[in-house]
Amino acid sequence: MSNPKKLNIGAWWKKLNVKYSLGLPLVLLIVTTLLSFLFQPNIFRPNVLSRLLTSNFRTWLPVLLVTIGQAIVLIGGGLDLSNGSIASVGNVILALTVVSADETGKNVVMVLAVIVFGILAGFINGVLTAYLGLQPVIVTFATSYIYSGLALLMLPTPGGAIPRVYTDVYRNTSLLGIPISLIIIGIIVLIWSIFRNRKYGRFLYAVGGDANAAYTTGVPVTWMKVSTYVISGLLAAFAAIFYSLLTGSGFSDSGGDMTLSSVTGAVLGGVAMRGGIGSVIGAVFGGIVLGNIRNIISSARINSWARTLVNALIILIALAGPGLLNLFRRKKFNERNKS
Amino acid sequence: MNETKVNNTSISKYKKSKFKLSPPLTALLIALVLFLLSGLLPNGFNSLSTAYRQAMNILRLASFIAIVGAGQTLVIISGSEGIDLSAGSVVTVGALITYMFINGNNQMILPILLIVLLMGAVVGLINGLGVMYLKISPFVMTLSMAGVVQGALVLYTKGYYDGKVAPIMTRIIARDLFWEIPGMIFVLIIIGILMSLLLNRTRYGKQLFAIGVNRLTARLSGVRVSSMVVLTYVIAGAMAAFSGFLLVGYTQNAGPNLGNQYLFPSIIAVAIGGTQMSGGKGTYFGTIAGAIVIQLITSLLTTMQLPQALQQIIFGSLLVIILIVYGRSKSLKA
Repeated sequence: MSNPKKLNIGAWWKKLNVKYSLGLPLVLLIVTTLLSFLFQPNIFRPNVLSRLLTSNFRTWLPVLLVTIGQAIVLIGGGLDLSNGSIASVGNVILALTVVSADETGKNVVMVLAVIVFGILAGFINGVLTAYLGLQPVIVTFATSYIYSGLALLMLPTPGGAIPRVYTDVYRNTSLLGIPISLIIIGIIVLIWSIFRNRKYGRFLYAVGGDANAAYTTGVPVTWMKVSTYVISGLLAAFAAIFYSLLTGSGFSDSGGDMTLSSVTGAVLGGVAMRGGIGSVIGAVFGGIVLGNIRNIISSARINSWARTLVNALIILIALAGPGLLNLFRRKKFNERNKS
Repeated sequence: MNETKVNNTSISKYKKSKFKLSPPLTALLIALVLFLLSGLLPNGFNSLSTAYRQAMNILRLASFIAIVGAGQTLVIISGSEGIDLSAGSVVTVGALITYMFINGNNQMILPILLIVLLMGAVVGLINGLGVMYLKISPFVMTLSMAGVVQGALVLYTKGYYDGKVAPIMTRIIARDLFWEIPGMIFVLIIIGILMSLLLNRTRYGKQLFAIGVNRLTARLSGVRVSSMVVLTYVIAGAMAAFSGFLLVGYTQNAGPNLGNQYLFPSIIAVAIGGTQMSGGKGTYFGTIAGAIVIQLITSLLTTMQLPQALQQIIFGSLLVIILIVYGRSKSLKA
């Protein structure tokens, strides 16, 4: 009855929101990106945008990777509070061993060792939570103590130096103006989207939505859950590798901030903490939103004492967004029904 | 035929559970063993009086974790992934308000205590409203509230704080009251009794367990779930602020990170004490026992003078082992 074109957009929006829970993350992404552009006056000069993309995404990549891992764990109905500590261990291993660009063989082995550690640590988390049925909040926090203790044991004071040759490749490579860090994100999202539409993805959402129902329909719930923690550990290891390439040095608490922002980023990206809802691309959006907020605050010349508060308030408002919309909608719905 | 079969299994289940130690008791047993072990250390206690003093000291330190854990216990029992991650920041702010505004003046204690409680309650109220009405999951809601509270603190103090604790607070909280028992332990006992009464003898307590088990059935049987949840977060915020007030009476000094070191220990204490993280089941007695276990492990590791890194690794491993021993939830097959 009404304008068919408008109806189409409405349906499209509904599908985006209900099926992929991506609507609000997308709005947040666009708004924060535009705002951060607003504070960069010469954004439309040649090369500025490309340079900005490079410098932003190479800083964000480690956190984004950890956030993707967290999103997958959350969708499966778990929670991983140790992913930052796993990244710390990886960073420390690399800073201690990858010191010379001449020993390519050894360096490759060490990178593989970091990846193996990430998988192993994730597997331990998975067995403890899914197989033994321990509460993820507590037990992954306990294992995070173990992992960060390991990192501190290996590297009590910050140090180590990754060869310049390696760090330069990560920091400055770009293909057709797209920085390598963004390409890596793209590849991971692509790989995930393949899995998402196959058995693995469907099982994962079933497990996160209702583990009991999934179990009765023959989904291997335990191993699905273990696998999410393994993926999270693996991505934390990747985060460690890129963090090391970014900073060129090692710090035993390098992943400390990543853990909680991975949860916040995933939730901002439309992933529900009770499981079964959300998407990896949404988590990427959420992570970028967090990064944008930080950029806006630092370029908006806000009083440095107020920055923590402003940052937290913006995140809180962003989190409250969907709820406020729903409240408003329900009110309107009730009013319409009354009249 | 069928009925007797059902009865039999339920009776055998009952018998089995009768011989099982309850989590709080297990925690206390672990604590006792750990304490006796600590006596075997070369620099542990070697006479009964030092053992007594050490025990009192550990109890006093544990009481702070336990009191921060009081509000946490309520929030976790309320279910639906309830958790209060803002408790640490609220403790800090409560402590700093006390420290800066009492300024060594005994007469200021009551008004400042009221302000501290109010501050905690307001933070709890925002947490509760966000969780209940905006449907933000408790973990991220309270986490970002922690950021807001911490940020407000930084903005207000601008990194500078000066003050003094009132003499009466020092007298009661930091020193021994009588029989060489620190006053803090009496405070803990009073809070423990009040919490048990609240959980077991009041309508609030009954309804709290009901909403923890299943919010829908609770609502259908006439519990006002929304206001219950909001009230629980308000109480938790006020309790956290109150522990900040007590904590600064002990430390005599306040800093911007005073409370955060109590946040996760308090959650772990709740878990070790046998309160189900998914809600609906738990005791405050368990949280106290859990707090004692955590403090004992920490003290033990400090007495052994191990490097920080090893302490962390051992603490984490012990925690995992304790959780494996009895923290397991129902398996899907059962």
